[in-house]
Amino acid sequence: MIYLDNAATSWPKPPEVLKAMTDVLELAGGNPGRSGHRLSIAAAREVYNAREDIASFFNVADPLRLIFTSNATHAINVALRGLLKPGDHVVTSSIEHNAVMRPLRSLEKQGVHLSIVPCAADGSLDVRDVVRVMNSRTRLVAITHASNVMGTILPIAEVASVAHKAGALLLVDSAQTAGTIPIDMPAMGIDFLAFTGHKELQGPPGIGGLAIGDNVDISEIEPVMRGGTGSHSESEEQPDDLPDKFESGTLNLVGIAGLHAGIQWVKDRGIDTIRAHLKELTLALINGLSELPEIKVYGPLDTNSTVAVISFSVHHKRVSEVGLKLDEEYGILCRVGLHCAPAAHKTMGSFPEGTVRLAPGVFTTMDDISTTIRAIEQVIHS
Amino acid sequence: MTRYGVVLFFTNSSVMRAEKLLKEAGYSTKLIPTPREFSSDCGVVLRFDWTDCEQVKLILDTAHLEIDTIHQM
Repeated sequence: MIYLDNAATSWPKPPEVLKAMTDVLELAGGNPGRSGHRLSIAAAREVYNAREDIASFFNVADPLRLIFTSNATHAINVALRGLLKPGDHVVTSSIEHNAVMRPLRSLEKQGVHLSIVPCAADGSLDVRDVVRVMNSRTRLVAITHASNVMGTILPIAEVASVAHKAGALLLVDSAQTAGTIPIDMPAMGIDFLAFTGHKELQGPPGIGGLAIGDNVDISEIEPVMRGGTGSHSESEEQPDDLPDKFESGTLNLVGIAGLHAGIQWVKDRGIDTIRAHLKELTLALINGLSELPEIKVYGPLDTNSTVAVISFSVHHKRVSEVGLKLDEEYGILCRVGLHCAPAAHKTMGSFPEGTVRLAPGVFTTMDDISTTIRAIEQVIHS
Repeated sequence: MTRYGVVLFFTNSSVMRAEKLLKEAGYSTKLIPTPREFSSDCGVVLRFDWTDCEQVKLILDTAHLEIDTIHQM
């Protein structure tokens, strides 16, 4: 089996991640921050250590500004729904995943003004187009770090500079980049970083987070969810303290321990080594697919401008048929269709049919890529 | 007999951070369930040797850790 669906979720997971998850349940399986006994304290220590290490991974100085969520979508909702009020203006790009687009469309109905900056067909964003839509009511620019459909990396630092000049904040969806591209929040000018644990951070599904920059005034963000936090228990009002304000209910201890171990694994392997490996695989995919005249490959076709996500369509073949044959006849697993990103497919001209998406991961080999290219060639000629 | 003090924090994350900082600085601490006479809150407090009180306060203050109250036990 060749797994090329790492943009959906990475697989397999490092054994260290699985071990950390079973260990924490066995050895530290109390409710973190709730009780005063040893298992609860052991759980709380693991949560705090994870919070510190994950914050430091994104160069966030204050670990209490790292909020655990269930995934990137949840984190994006915490930021968007917590910050934006009717009358505010928000800017996004035309290659967003529905994780960003759907909450924004919903907020638009509640009176938030939305501008969608068009990207080029290869997903690239001209920062001058962002400048053009900014106005005095712009509260936030919310964009993806890289497209989940064609891998295109957006110019985050440049967009941050435009946003900050206009007095707006920047939210970045790092679902496709965290773990493969270094993310330094203050250096890149990111005010809110939404990440998910289960992709290239090598953690399990069900855990993610929102890192909040130092210059964001927490009092201006309403919690999306309220409930028990283990703190200020005498009060029936939600506390203002971080991270409790945004972390009601029992935390996903097993997920946190797995994500913690996953990030440690990424650090041990080296993010530059991972990036170099993925670039090599991506280049081989682009070159192999480009030799097949029946295939159209989308995106910039330049490994410096993309993450390891390649989309293609086949002349006179349905993408669903290609996906099914790759799985059933060759054991090659990928994702076909619209990838929860209709806007991106409209931008690149593949809506509503969608594409076949190949997303190699850290455990993919060059042999896997050669086998995949040969299989695709056979499928399109069948 | 050792006299102890306890620090009450507003959040559990602050307790964990304080424990880590004081441990790294070489102080003897223990996390214990919150004594009912000091707070109705659930969770844990950080117990320390009362003789270290000033240094403990200084370390927590330097780290900008928000403290609820400190009590002698």
